[in-house]
Amino acid sequence: MNDTSTGDRLLRLYLTLVVVLLYIPMFVVGLASISRSRFFVFPIRKTSMKWYHDTFASLQIQEAVWTSLIIAFCVALLSVILAVLGALAYARYNWKGRKLYQQLLLVPIFFPQSVLGLALQIWFSSIGVQMSWGATVFAQLVWIAPIVTLVIAIQAYGYNGSVEEAARDLGASRWQVFRDITLPLLGPGIFSGFLFAILLSWGNFPLSYFTSGADVTIPEWLYGKMIGGYTPMVPAVGFLSVLAGAMALIVGLTIRVRGHSP
Amino acid sequence: MTEISESALPPASANPLGRLKLSKVSTGLWYALPMGLLLISGFLAPLVMVLLYSFMPRGTFSPFGTPTLENYVDIVVQNFYISFGWSLFLALISTLILLVVSYPLAVAIKRAAPKRALILTVLIIAPLFVAENIRLHGWVLFLDKAGVLDGGVKALTGFEIGSLVNSVPVIIFGLVYIYLPFMLFPMILGLSNIPTDVKEAASDMGASRWQMFRDIELPLAAPGILIGGLLCFVIALGAFSESKFLGQGVIVTIAQDIESAFTFGQNWPRGSALSVLVILLAGVAVWMAMRRLDLEKMLGRSQ
Repeated sequence: MNDTSTGDRLLRLYLTLVVVLLYIPMFVVGLASISRSRFFVFPIRKTSMKWYHDTFASLQIQEAVWTSLIIAFCVALLSVILAVLGALAYARYNWKGRKLYQQLLLVPIFFPQSVLGLALQIWFSSIGVQMSWGATVFAQLVWIAPIVTLVIAIQAYGYNGSVEEAARDLGASRWQVFRDITLPLLGPGIFSGFLFAILLSWGNFPLSYFTSGADVTIPEWLYGKMIGGYTPMVPAVGFLSVLAGAMALIVGLTIRVRGHSP
Repeated sequence: MTEISESALPPASANPLGRLKLSKVSTGLWYALPMGLLLISGFLAPLVMVLLYSFMPRGTFSPFGTPTLENYVDIVVQNFYISFGWSLFLALISTLILLVVSYPLAVAIKRAAPKRALILTVLIIAPLFVAENIRLHGWVLFLDKAGVLDGGVKALTGFEIGSLVNSVPVIIFGLVYIYLPFMLFPMILGLSNIPTDVKEAASDMGASRWQMFRDIELPLAAPGILIGGLLCFVIALGAFSESKFLGQGVIVTIAQDIESAFTFGQNWPRGSALSVLVILLAGVAVWMAMRRLDLEKMLGRSQ
């Protein structure tokens, strides 16, 4: 490339600015969480850790953290199971309903989530399913499992199926092929998919809001406090939630980069 | 197009053993079954239920009454089309802005060294994992009166900006901010499909920068751009947090109307009729775009 000139430099500057802009809200939330005053005023007059103490002392928040975590793990585990099978059907086998299946899989992703959440709410109450964290797991699966399937499908496209056929020709059973060849080859995709699912579930609001009933996740707790009854614990909880997500992402990516090179 | 994608498949159809081919057909179906059941029971069935409810008399809580069109008439008579219009406008304008804003970003990331490009991509996707309302709350604290911007400028210069929230442009800004990763990520994938030698060849043959952009880059990156645009448009159509937090009542979007019909209004048929309208619009957009896409090729090649 012969144009490492002003154009390229401007482009790089623009990119840097946008990346900084993306993180401004997280930064501001962090700032607000250490401000002593009840309503955030900038520049901060007095800093304090009071809101973090309150947060850690709150049973309500502890419960919300557990609810969020349980939902995230259930969703990630179930998504990966569904998605490994779903991705093989998507990418590796030629079967009759394949095209239709591939299209159907995309529709929940390309769909307004608030409308999906409400539709599921109506559906659950019509068939007599109690709104709870379990219902939320199901609701989030409808959105997250297809995404995880695509992530794993990319991996499934990337390797050569002849290894599996060779193993079968040599007398390996279907299960042995799946366990000893297919799963390890899909490994990196499965890991990314699992991480993706955990993080998407952790941050999801619309699907949880309409389906969780009396159970409250962290994004729901924040929403409730923002709408009525504001407390500076909102930025404190918000910032902790950002930190938790960031740590999971960094740990996950480190394992992924060190462990496998696809 | 189809030949290429077919050849990327495992050579099932080319297998000389008819027996093996047959078993593969059913294996694919078996593997797809759990996901298929999830989508039927968790996606199609709820939508059918919404459709049924939309034809029920106002305020009923059973989908099996006498069908009526009154909810659809109400959309027009009771001015619900206004919030629908707002949602449509917001979705269109934020998607357009996102297209313009994101393209140079995707190009810049593509030109960066591989390791840097990976880090940048992760940095751009990562905000997706933070709940929308936390990020919007951050912007409110930044833009509101005595917030970081107003307070900071005042402390430095003595000049008061005042509150910037509660206006339509700020809502649009919020939408653009929230959906940027959705636009950028598919765009990066799309651009990475352009082989560098094609561009070099074109440049060697004397193509201008504009010609290269129009005749080579854009058509090859089109699927990624289309997916990004579609994703943003459809999700923005159902947006409700942005207008709630950054607009605080300046305008009402269709998703807010739907929510209040279901919750405060306790009027499921009305909420359902409004939902059907959104679903139809989203469905038409998705269907039109899907017909032009070969997703298999995109996923297969991006590896």
